[in-house]
Amino acid sequence: MENLVEIENVTFGYGARPVLKGINMTAKRGQVIAIMGSSGCGKTTLLRLIGGQIKPSKGIVRVAGQNVAELEQDGLYRLRRKMGMLFQFGALFTDMSVFDNIAFQLREHTELPEEIVRDLVLMKLHAVGLRGAANLMPSELSGGMARRVALARAIALEPMLVMYDEPFAGLDPISLGVIGNIIRRLTDTLGLTSIVVTHDVQESLKIVDYVYFISEGVIEAEGTAEEMRASGLPFVHQFVHGEPDGPVPFQYPAPPYAEDLGLSL
Amino acid sequence: MIAPLRVIARLGRYTLNGVSRTGFAARFFLAILLHSGTAFRRFGLTIREIYFAGVLSLIIILVSGLFVGMVLGLQGYETLETYGSEEVLGVLVALSLVRELGPVVAALLFASRAGSAITAEIGLMKATEQLSAMEMMAVDPVARVVAPRFWAGVISMPMLAALFSAMGIFGGYLVGVVMIGVDEGSFWSQMQAKVDFGEDILNGVIKSVVFGVAVTAIALFEGYDAPPTAEGVSGATTRTVVTSSLAILGLDFILTAFMFRGVS
Amino acid sequence: MSRAWLDLWVGLFVVAGIGALMFLALKVGSMNTVNKADSYQVIAHFDNIGGLKVRAPVKSAGVVVGRVTAINFDDKSYEAEVTISLDKRYAFPRDSSASILTSGLLGEQYIGLEAGGDSLKLANGDRVKLTQSAVVLENLIGQFLYSKAQEGAPQ
Repeated sequence: MENLVEIENVTFGYGARPVLKGINMTAKRGQVIAIMGSSGCGKTTLLRLIGGQIKPSKGIVRVAGQNVAELEQDGLYRLRRKMGMLFQFGALFTDMSVFDNIAFQLREHTELPEEIVRDLVLMKLHAVGLRGAANLMPSELSGGMARRVALARAIALEPMLVMYDEPFAGLDPISLGVIGNIIRRLTDTLGLTSIVVTHDVQESLKIVDYVYFISEGVIEAEGTAEEMRASGLPFVHQFVHGEPDGPVPFQYPAPPYAEDLGLSL
Repeated sequence: MIAPLRVIARLGRYTLNGVSRTGFAARFFLAILLHSGTAFRRFGLTIREIYFAGVLSLIIILVSGLFVGMVLGLQGYETLETYGSEEVLGVLVALSLVRELGPVVAALLFASRAGSAITAEIGLMKATEQLSAMEMMAVDPVARVVAPRFWAGVISMPMLAALFSAMGIFGGYLVGVVMIGVDEGSFWSQMQAKVDFGEDILNGVIKSVVFGVAVTAIALFEGYDAPPTAEGVSGATTRTVVTSSLAILGLDFILTAFMFRGVS
Repeated sequence: MSRAWLDLWVGLFVVAGIGALMFLALKVGSMNTVNKADSYQVIAHFDNIGGLKVRAPVKSAGVVVGRVTAINFDDKSYEAEVTISLDKRYAFPRDSSASILTSGLLGEQYIGLEAGGDSLKLANGDRVKLTQSAVVLENLIGQFLYSKAQEGAPQ
């Protein structure tokens, strides 16, 4: 299988604070890749790098053979038409109905007649099980429904790559299962490549082909779902089993407790 | 660091922030102009925004215009009566409105009614990642979201200012002629004789176009630049009203100095 | 809000805005109190009309009886030719006199019509023969200064 996304030795920082330090990563066509790590470890930054919204300070991000950072706006926009992205809270356009949200890209990028747009939109909505909600406004949707609509919107133009930013955050167990299921099914049926950024280990291990663990801006571990479950690495073990203290400390770095309270002896 | 040094350092930081913000604002303004094609090619987008910026501001503009004109009629009469020249009441009302109050007050109202709404809307779209999502869908938010709003504001402002002035003159007529009984013929004839189309009305329209550009650009910039949090958006909304009010009054002085220097 | 309603509202808004601009530009004469049908026109010649304007009132005994409808220059007599339209309800003797007066010290100028003793009345197209020009303040001051200078001059 060929690599659709290749990330080579990428370093990135907001201001002086480095977020990513020398990341290497690949995503093969047709795979579901998960990027896991604790909150604020730079997972979302990685997606923004792949989408070309920010440029790495060092290293190369390649999508379908093209170096994303070197593309002009036109080339970048052409590439992005082949990418879909599911934002953390859906990021649906609040001034449009569900139908118009999904039709948005079709209307912006194609000259398709309105009847065909309608058929395509209903097909996408059917794929996420929300054909009946086409005329609702985003404010009338529950969190899980909004996430599914956003997913339908992300695949509206039949992209080759879909990125999911925390698709499981804040969902009830049923919606959780539904979303995970849809991601796996869409990837298989549409021949997509999916990159899922998440900290929900249990849910994502059920559906992914390959996992990267990131901590403090470096990749701590990688492997298939089974390898990760069986992994003896302390970090992975702590993460997979949800232990409060371990290599990732409970305490934010601070001077010794006693000293802070003025009890130094 | 000792205290005075810290003050100087902070001053320097504010100055640098201000300068770089100005630079960003200029770049943003240029980007709006460069990406205005969509706003005209797909005029439906702009029409939608004219509805939100212009039509929804109508009530406040018309009612305020009426009252401002009525107050002008009342106050003007009080003063003019002392000199026995009530006949020029029409001139006083019309010139005050067409030259100054129409463009300025309408722009101030527009800034607080439509400008704040634009900032809040854009700020929220940014905070909820809608702008980011649009960018990831290969649609330029400046062309799709910002430029139509900009042109809608620029088109709406002169209309609103003209309606404000017309309504105000009607208000002055109501109080001066209908209520107090100033001679109707001289009210209108003096007005017609003294108000010049090019000198007064056209300059008023030019003023309102400039204010429209300023208010809408400020509102859009503040929204686009707002920190993506609740406080960020509310702060940006306040800043829009404050900054554009100051900009309107400052620009008004500059424009007036240019336009009416040496005129009557 | 459907597309059609949106277009309609915005269309109304734009029409209203342009209408307001037209109103400002033309300052509509529709408020004219003198209707052509209920009035008759007379002409008066003046040496100097001062600051008299079209649509200025014509008053007799302080009551508005008509309006100035046109001001022209007669290049034969080098006088101003003022057309006055008077209300049909009021008839004036043919030897009435018209003078240009100022209301207050700085007020607008109007035409005062003083009735004469003739039994024949003014009719449409007649000319008011007895006229008195406007007082031009500058001339007055000039005369005053001149006479003062004369007084103060050494004998």
